[in-house]
Amino acid sequence: MMELNTQRMEDFKDRYKYFFAFAAIAFFMILISLWYLQVIKGSEYRLMSRNNCVRIRENPAARGMILDRKGRLLADNRPSFEVYLVPEDLQENPEVLVKVGQMLNMSPKEIKGRLQTEKKRTPFRPVKIKSDIEWNELTKLETNRVNLPGLFVDVRPRRTYPYGPLASHLIGYIGEIDENELRQSNESPYRMGAIIGKYGVEYQWETYLRGVDGGRRIEVDALGREIKEIRSVEPFPGNNLTLTIDFDLQKVAEDAFQEKTGALIAMDPKSGRILAMVSKPPFDPDTFARSISLEEWKSLTENSLSPLQNRGIQGQYPPGSVFKIITAIAGLETGAITPNTQMTCRGIYPYGNRDFRCWRKEGHGTINLHRAIVESCDIFFYQLGLKVGVDAIAHYAQEFGLGNLTGIALPHEKAGTVPSSSWKKKRLGAPWYSGETLSLAVGQGYVNATPLQLLGLISAIANGGRLYLPQVTEKVEDVYGNLLKEWPVSEIGRVGVSEKTLQIIQEALMGAVNDPRGTGWASVLEETKVAGKTGTAQVIKIPQNFKRGDMDRLPWKYRDHAWFVAYAPFEDPAIAVVVLVEHGGYGGAAAAPIAKKVIEKYLALKQVAPSKTAKRSMESD
Amino acid sequence: MIDRRLFIHFDWTLLGLVLTIASIGILNLYSITAHWEISGPPVYLKQTFWLLIGLALMITIAFIEYRFYSDFAYIVYAIALLFLVVVLAYGIITSGAQRWIKIGFINFQPSELVKISFILALAKFFHRPPGREGYSLKHLTFPFLLLMIPATLILKQPDLGTTIILVLVFFSILLFVKIRWSSLLAIIIVGASILPLVWRFLKEYQKRRIITFFNPDLDPLGAGYHLIQSKIAVGSGGIVGKGFMKGTQCRLGFLPEQQTDFIFSVLGEEWGLIGSLLVVLLYFSLILWGLRIAVRAKDRFGAVLSFGVVAILFWHIFVNIAMVLGLMPVVGIPLPLLSYGGSFLVSTLIGIGLLLNVSMRRYLF
Repeated sequence: MMELNTQRMEDFKDRYKYFFAFAAIAFFMILISLWYLQVIKGSEYRLMSRNNCVRIRENPAARGMILDRKGRLLADNRPSFEVYLVPEDLQENPEVLVKVGQMLNMSPKEIKGRLQTEKKRTPFRPVKIKSDIEWNELTKLETNRVNLPGLFVDVRPRRTYPYGPLASHLIGYIGEIDENELRQSNESPYRMGAIIGKYGVEYQWETYLRGVDGGRRIEVDALGREIKEIRSVEPFPGNNLTLTIDFDLQKVAEDAFQEKTGALIAMDPKSGRILAMVSKPPFDPDTFARSISLEEWKSLTENSLSPLQNRGIQGQYPPGSVFKIITAIAGLETGAITPNTQMTCRGIYPYGNRDFRCWRKEGHGTINLHRAIVESCDIFFYQLGLKVGVDAIAHYAQEFGLGNLTGIALPHEKAGTVPSSSWKKKRLGAPWYSGETLSLAVGQGYVNATPLQLLGLISAIANGGRLYLPQVTEKVEDVYGNLLKEWPVSEIGRVGVSEKTLQIIQEALMGAVNDPRGTGWASVLEETKVAGKTGTAQVIKIPQNFKRGDMDRLPWKYRDHAWFVAYAPFEDPAIAVVVLVEHGGYGGAAAAPIAKKVIEKYLALKQVAPSKTAKRSMESD
Repeated sequence: MIDRRLFIHFDWTLLGLVLTIASIGILNLYSITAHWEISGPPVYLKQTFWLLIGLALMITIAFIEYRFYSDFAYIVYAIALLFLVVVLAYGIITSGAQRWIKIGFINFQPSELVKISFILALAKFFHRPPGREGYSLKHLTFPFLLLMIPATLILKQPDLGTTIILVLVFFSILLFVKIRWSSLLAIIIVGASILPLVWRFLKEYQKRRIITFFNPDLDPLGAGYHLIQSKIAVGSGGIVGKGFMKGTQCRLGFLPEQQTDFIFSVLGEEWGLIGSLLVVLLYFSLILWGLRIAVRAKDRFGAVLSFGVVAILFWHIFVNIAMVLGLMPVVGIPLPLLSYGGSFLVSTLIGIGLLLNVSMRRYLF
């Protein structure tokens, strides 16, 4: 055990009196303030406690605006008149409930229901019973206010989306904070009833968009009417968020989709900035802003088309023939084939005890890789798949980011699946069968991907193998226009594929659109060369005797998904697009025309861009 | 090991003070929580249960020779730190802070263990005397580390209140053990010049939180509102109070955390100036008696240890009551022996056990 140490104990004794004095002063201070509060101010405070006359009135800040890349408003705020009741003040005047109900066309039962929604309410905290009231309702309430203790009307900023469902999945929606979010918010003290972003960029950049709430402390009389203001703090509005999307392009893309279900994303392949992001069916974020009703919420969440899902990043689909790009790259890179290697397609390819078919019944004859991509021959790729094997295909799929999250800053992104022999062993506990390689080679079977991932693939082909972080946000500025944050272009990697291979693929994709035999002819433009690849992803296994032309007669939900990925101009890519039409049938027929409209519009927009015109005028000099 | 003389020198005054304050605490808790509709045992019974556990621990700790503790001081300190890391990784999140670990059916707050182990470790360090001039900055590197590690971890939870207590206790002990005047000056200058630098590295919301902390009026809905409600509660008690179980402010739920951080305003409202004066004087006596024990301790370890306990008690009492009375910004610090909370009550009684221990051995060694 430690030795006792009694050296220099006098140090402590010296200081005793200082500590004694310090404690005495501290406690004396407490006594003085007790005296002040309880004796001198006692009766005043007693009165205040009897009337409960100090109340607080919240004054929430307006959320920051959301703008497109050219500064056009996508989300804004407008004033809304909201009616509040203080339940404690109603106890002595129950008739107020009926009177207010008459003026607002609400039954007393309905109002009572509203009053009971907040369980853990602090006393005398007003409860909102109706928002966004009409002018005539407002005048009725205001003229009768003297007779309506416990009632007050307040102007609050309300989120509004000028274009309704436009880009709704990207922008997202807002809503009242729920108990779970309340418990986990440790960054900032949210209050019950606070409005926060729940989806899209509204959710993702909540900390920037949310302002600083203000509030007032007021004194009220016995009927709950405001007598004077004790203290007031003005709210400070949130910061403005500029997105990378272009409103005009987004509009064209949404219109081109018409009533179809699916997704479209357009991106600058040289920066990863998203130019348009469409998911259909859309929803109207305004429904959420005016506090969504239970029926409305149910109709959205129980809808079999799940309109609340951002299909571009959350939907996982078999990539179909788009995946042939990967199989082709694997073939060239592993040396399994050269651009000149010929293989024969007779329309049918027996393997194991099954017949694998080409979409073209009569076959393509003996062709090389270029023609196989241009005409999207299945049997060429079945054979190629067998030559390179599943794991090489999986390797190159992962090189292009398939099977992994792209890292886009939006909630709920899905990673898709890239199967390999080890994946199957781990996931399903079974060995890989070579027959499954045939399906994989043409993008069927276990493999699936989000539209955003396939957009990353086509962009990397277009830009010579660079993978960029897809970004939807450009910058944040405060209300004074000071730059708070900027998102720089972020290259996250390069694919391990040779320049030569990429060139061969680029040429083939150009042919797929511009060659008269190409499958992507529907997207051909007169002035600009477009390169692209169609895809048709099977939803169910189609019976062998099924005629391809019979697609329209299948029930909608069994029809194939249509894909199209493309970029343009071929020589100097400025835009890459992915289109997925759920159950749309053939990629060439259903998806390519939509992509065409978007590419056309974007190139037209670029034409009028000042930098380009300046350049051209210089050249003409 | 237990000497008959121990009983002769047992500190009945200290025990009496503690039992009196703790009884008032139970009564006070009964007053506000008796009508609560909650599942499980009522709050005042739970507190009584923890009081009994704490008293048993206190007596046990008092009778084991305190030199024995010094052998384990650093080990106990290390274990407490381990708990802090665990709480950050796996702790339960309540109202935005991660402070609790669930062990069986008990929710345990490791930062309470840290307070005790922190003064044990400091006492162990300072039992070696300084030179004639006092401790220099070089000597203080190690104790400074002893402070910084738990303070940073606790701040991360985030628990600003407990962090502040640790810092205050640390500097109180520094003044107690005599450090060189030049060193003291250096600490003050460096500390004052680092603060603005730290400020620049803080995030926007952290800055805002600190600003409202010093000026609660900027947050009229949150801290500012609670402060004025607390002042109304205490003030409306007047001289004689509204009477047992008759407080309206607390009963209507105006006060947040009324059973923990704002317990004193309940006392003030129901018992008035007479009741609050009595409790404040009891606390004052406790602090003075503790200081006396520290000064009369036989050796350095005992002196620093008991002074540390007194410092913890003093800063808790002073900061809490000053906050409730509106003299200070709102910090989440409970009031010893009065606030509800098992971990805090037990750790307080462990501290008292150490005080009793030093007190009854002042003639023995």
